[in-house]
Amino acid sequence: MLRRRLNRLFGRDERRVDSRTIYVGHRPCPATDAFIPPKFCDNRIVSSKYTVWNFLPKNLFEQFRRIANFYFLIIFLVQVIVDTPTSPVTSGLPLFFVITVTAIKQGYEDWLRHKADNEVNKYLVTVLEDGRRTRKESEKIKVGDVVEVVEDETFPCDLILLQSSREDETCFVTTASLDGESNHKTHYTVPDTEKGLESLSATVECEQPQPDLYKFVGRMHIYKNDQEPAVRSLGPENLLLKGATLKNTQKIYGVAVYSGMETKMALNYQGKSQKRSVVEKSINAFLLVYLCILVSKALVCTTLKYVWQSQPGQEEPWYNQKTQKEKDANLYLNMFTDFLSFMVLFNFIIPVSMYVTVEMQKFLGSFFISWDKDFFDPEIQEGALVNTSDLNEELGQVEYVFTDKTGTLTQNSMEFIECCIDGFQYKNRDSSTELDGFCVTDGPVSMLQQKAGREEEELFLRALCLCHTVQVKESTGQEDGVGDQVDGVLGLDGEMVHPAELRGFIASSPDEVALVKGAMKYGFTFLGMESKNMRVMNRDKDVETYELLHVLNFDPVRRRMSVIVRSNCGDIMLFCKGADSSIFPRVRQEEVDRISMHVERNATEGYRTLCVAYKLLSSEEYAQADAGLREARLALDDREEKLMAVYNQVETGMSLIGATAVEDRLQEEAAETMEALQRAGMKVWVLTGDKMETAKSTCYACRLFQRGTELLELTVRTLEDGGRRREERLHEVLLDYHKRAVQDPPPVKTRVTRSWTSAKQDYGFIIDGATLSLVFNSSPDSSHYKSLFLQICQNCTTVLCCRMAPLQKAQIVNMVKNSKGSPITLSIGDGANDVSMILEAHIGIGIKGKEGRQAVRNSDYAIPKLKHLKKLLLGHGHLYYVRIAHLVQYFFYKNLCFILPQFLYQFFCGSSQQPLYDAAYLTMYNICFTSMPILAYSLLEQHICMEVLMSNATLYRDVAKNAMLRWSPFLYWTLLGVYQGLLFFFGVRFLFSNPALQDNGQVFGNWSYGTIVFTVLVFTVTLKLAMDTRHWTWINHFVIWGSLAFYMVFSFFWGGIIWPFLRQQRLYFVFANMLRSVSAWLVIILLILLSLLPEILLLVLRKPRWPHSRQKKPLVQSGEGETQSSARPLLMRTFSDESNTIL
Amino acid sequence: MMKEELETTNRPDNTAFTQQRLPAWQPMLSAGIVIPGFVLIGLAFIGIGVALFITSQNITVLEKDYTGVETTSDCYKCSNPSDKNCTCKLEFSLSNLFEGPVFFYYGLSNYFQSQRSYGASKDEYQLSGDLDYFKTPISACSPYQYDANQNPIVPCGSLANSMFNDTFKLYQIVNGTKKLVPFDGKGIAWWTDYNIKYRNPSVTPLKNAFNGTVKPSFWSKPAYELDTSDPSNNGFVNQDFLVWMRRAALPDFRKLYRRITEGDYARGLPAGNYSLEIAYNYPVLSFGGRKKVVFSNVSWMGGKNQFLGIAYLVVGSLCVVMSMVMLIVYAKFKFPEDD
Repeated sequence: MLRRRLNRLFGRDERRVDSRTIYVGHRPCPATDAFIPPKFCDNRIVSSKYTVWNFLPKNLFEQFRRIANFYFLIIFLVQVIVDTPTSPVTSGLPLFFVITVTAIKQGYEDWLRHKADNEVNKYLVTVLEDGRRTRKESEKIKVGDVVEVVEDETFPCDLILLQSSREDETCFVTTASLDGESNHKTHYTVPDTEKGLESLSATVECEQPQPDLYKFVGRMHIYKNDQEPAVRSLGPENLLLKGATLKNTQKIYGVAVYSGMETKMALNYQGKSQKRSVVEKSINAFLLVYLCILVSKALVCTTLKYVWQSQPGQEEPWYNQKTQKEKDANLYLNMFTDFLSFMVLFNFIIPVSMYVTVEMQKFLGSFFISWDKDFFDPEIQEGALVNTSDLNEELGQVEYVFTDKTGTLTQNSMEFIECCIDGFQYKNRDSSTELDGFCVTDGPVSMLQQKAGREEEELFLRALCLCHTVQVKESTGQEDGVGDQVDGVLGLDGEMVHPAELRGFIASSPDEVALVKGAMKYGFTFLGMESKNMRVMNRDKDVETYELLHVLNFDPVRRRMSVIVRSNCGDIMLFCKGADSSIFPRVRQEEVDRISMHVERNATEGYRTLCVAYKLLSSEEYAQADAGLREARLALDDREEKLMAVYNQVETGMSLIGATAVEDRLQEEAAETMEALQRAGMKVWVLTGDKMETAKSTCYACRLFQRGTELLELTVRTLEDGGRRREERLHEVLLDYHKRAVQDPPPVKTRVTRSWTSAKQDYGFIIDGATLSLVFNSSPDSSHYKSLFLQICQNCTTVLCCRMAPLQKAQIVNMVKNSKGSPITLSIGDGANDVSMILEAHIGIGIKGKEGRQAVRNSDYAIPKLKHLKKLLLGHGHLYYVRIAHLVQYFFYKNLCFILPQFLYQFFCGSSQQPLYDAAYLTMYNICFTSMPILAYSLLEQHICMEVLMSNATLYRDVAKNAMLRWSPFLYWTLLGVYQGLLFFFGVRFLFSNPALQDNGQVFGNWSYGTIVFTVLVFTVTLKLAMDTRHWTWINHFVIWGSLAFYMVFSFFWGGIIWPFLRQQRLYFVFANMLRSVSAWLVIILLILLSLLPEILLLVLRKPRWPHSRQKKPLVQSGEGETQSSARPLLMRTFSDESNTIL
Repeated sequence: MMKEELETTNRPDNTAFTQQRLPAWQPMLSAGIVIPGFVLIGLAFIGIGVALFITSQNITVLEKDYTGVETTSDCYKCSNPSDKNCTCKLEFSLSNLFEGPVFFYYGLSNYFQSQRSYGASKDEYQLSGDLDYFKTPISACSPYQYDANQNPIVPCGSLANSMFNDTFKLYQIVNGTKKLVPFDGKGIAWWTDYNIKYRNPSVTPLKNAFNGTVKPSFWSKPAYELDTSDPSNNGFVNQDFLVWMRRAALPDFRKLYRRITEGDYARGLPAGNYSLEIAYNYPVLSFGGRKKVVFSNVSWMGGKNQFLGIAYLVVGSLCVVMSMVMLIVYAKFKFPEDD
């Protein structure tokens, strides 16, 4: 980071220039007068934060920036400087411990980063130097070096492709680790550099490094002998990005243009912003309360001290005279130091160790998520991944779930279902038999009622075979066909040309593969590319070749793609496929009418539909288009706009030939998961880029919309009614919906009772991207619209936002996140387009899906399947929330009743800051005596076992809205602490009204007093935890009884030896003598029982809230199961295979 | 970036611990356990409470204030602090036998031995017999570290300096003549204090160890002459000194002075008239304190203390009452688990 900043600083001069010039192979070029090798940063990747030298100061600095650590540092310094009742060790030791542990953890993490950096930086690459191939460490690559990369290697820096081993001057890469797209992308060499890299003399002029992965503009000057230098334009298709992997190409050569921290990957690498959980906010609030208690205690004591001293004879009794120095000191200074001393004496009320324990709990606790074998997916051989451990408990607090549709709710594995040719529907359900069947009859296409003419059929199927960017992956026998690529491995029977050969298709989108395979079912097989020719085998087993002239790439704005091909007979054809909305305006209206019905019906059934159109180009038209395309491709500025204009110009006046329907299967148990989340009180919003009909049907299939759900639609279509201005209409519709959903029905406030069976009207809200931007951006009233919109949404059970851009997804999450009550939001998605919302939400969940790793990398938690979300939230989340909430409350409680007696003692020692407990007890209380049981509790507790939590989703509502860390439970715990503290102190106080407590008449002193109080304290707080523990594993037994035993043993030892390093042997035999006194035993037992009594009573009298353990109530549980199953017969079915059942 | 790929490639361990399925005991505090439990605990507490109460009742305590605030008191004449070597008498009579062994305590009130600066004002190394610290006591002892002539004070510090120095002699008046009741001054301090924690320097005679030091300003005798009758009861292991050095927890406290275990009084103090002769040295009126003497016998639970017995009785009956209440509640509202 620092490095990068420095680079920026030094590179300012360079930055002022808009472009950089690179000399390929560091060879001077004839055109330049003097060859000055420009300075660029080296190719080292630095993601680590520290070095050996700066670790200590930097790490300490960062740690003390935390307010808690700083507070303890101040306390420690006060103890060192001012004469305080406790030695600096008492607070220094815990602080040292905390700092050390944190430093070790951070050091270890940084060491891992160093290791990862080194792995990248020391990787050996081959560099061409003066015609020789030399092996070099990756970090030594300089801008301008010509680098060789072989298949399956990642590129060590950003390269301009100069030469490829493939004949067609292309190479294939996957950028899965960069943007999550796992398809193979084709990159092109720069023309005219093909031969003779050793003698190539060229310069590359390109823009300065910038993070956009898809933008690159540059040009290359190639100097050949004495000719005029040739200029070639460079675009993103020439640039190989660091981090991408070379595929299907033996080796390539490229010249490094951006290196190290200037590569696009490094520029995109951003440390994720730290997400803080709500619990942390609660802790800080409680901390503030305790800080106030602390300060007021210190103030009270200081005041009392001076009031008391003003009484005659108490200022300086003869037996306790002041030193000369004390007498000389300024009164106000004395008061101040007294105040500080009291602060130090009571500072234990704010426990350092709580922070350590919370950190440890989170860190260790997150292992249980990654260890959970229920999250293990045998298909990808991976379990859950925890990227941050700070948010475990937040999983139990989710109120809004934002889910992506494609790949998250649905599997993103496409299957060709049917097509519609020229208005006739073709359905192919059982492919293999029908394929055979049609081979012997007159046509391969299953006809339902009527069928289109053979001409149209074949045209349509050719279109499917040609209009795509699918590549055929020639299998080499041992090829592992199923990898992370989107491919379909297809076995063809012996009748086919290549018997027994497996063929894989690789494409940027699974739809394309589905379409190509669909066409294959009907007899048209795409055989692959041969240089620039696409080979298609038609029904008659003849191989047709088409010369691919141009690919008009797919982009989300146009929502269509086209190819221009030249057939054998010289016809130039344009095939185009795309979303209905983008195709329909470009074809003749009467064709639309014939097909649109089918398209709409398919869409409502949950299929993805695409329309296919074609156009015959005359040679003049083609020449014009060709020129336009070439010109636009070479443009340095605004290349995209220019291309877009040409595309739009070419793709007009087409004729519609048909439509396809592809099914996107639902994820396993998607419906059950959604149902469980809704019953748990979460609101599910579906944010998708897909079109409304498809998304809506997915929602129905997932039971997010139910039979009785009233849908409120707010889309471009609803706004276009009546022909008025859209803003007016929007306003009207919003008000209407607001009336219906917010004002009219009895408010949905009674969340706890609201269940999925209740008779209350459910509302579903549907909005599309265009309307949403209208809501957000329509000028002055936008905040008004926004709040209306938000209110409506909050009263709906499900909200569906379709046609969303990634940024809009984040906008929605942000809006909900910042709405009233700041609800906890969770985003779940699998693709690069979900990253923005994953980063925006409180919790981001990535699905290890097919769309690569981008989402996973940016997420806080990653799970293999959507169905795992249920256990993650209802099981783990709930438990972690209960655990950490209890941990926090318990910590405050136990320190309150620890320090309260010490405070009360000030009234009995002349407010002289006399500690009640020995220094060892003060130090060890939080570190040793009471720390382990609560840590074990906070890791192992299952107040309700996992199965019950999962099967009974409504339990999640019990902890909703931070229920266990609100002020009322906090007050309860505080009062409990106060009650017990008072009891401890005054119980012993009354016992000490006669300090002769032994049968030999000897008396006890102040340390015995403190030790008795402390013993009661340790036992009470430990037993209190034991009472709260519902799940006693052997570890709990071990640590609870172990720490009590440890306390006893420690006390014996501490008081049993004259410690040579201690000046004051204050506790010498105090503990043993205490145990010799029957009265002390009796008072200890009495006080422990009395302080736990109210708790026991509450526990018994409170109606058991939850069906508890498995073995306890088999009856209750099974009864409950029955009621559920009888009430939800529909929901017990698996929805995975009935996605198209529509109500 | 690379490590993520590697980490999760293998299947998670399927052990009870990693899957959070450790066998666990899941106790439920149900009425079926709690009500009988409460009854049992309640009864046990009542039993202990009764025993404690009776024991405490059987302990006899005789407490006499001798500060001399009231003009009628004999010690009124000594209450003027300028008056040195004043003795006064405290007379009382016993109608019954005061059962022995009788413990004789002195008590001080409004005296803050628990003050921090006071308690810290001692040198434990010195008190454990380290001669180096005879020469240079620690600064915590200040202002009783050195005297005006810069001679080190041994034992130094406020705590030692303010040692209680009233002395008592008890006489039984038998037919008009005074019969001395013998006091036993052994074993009034903690055994470990006497034998281990406090040590005299191993110099014989002990007096030599104190060469070059001065006694605390308040003391009338140096440390090595505290008990002229018993040479082993001198220096830092003087029992009275040890008792004083164990600081009281509360401002009203009593400390053991002597036991009456010998001769005719081994069985206790017989009924009759007694006269306590007090060498009144210790000033308390300047800070509003009081002095008293306490005669008491002790039981297995120590001295007389009603608190414990009553507390046990109250808590015990509370438990019983609550179990009754719970029983009624449960009988009325039949919780499902009791069906």
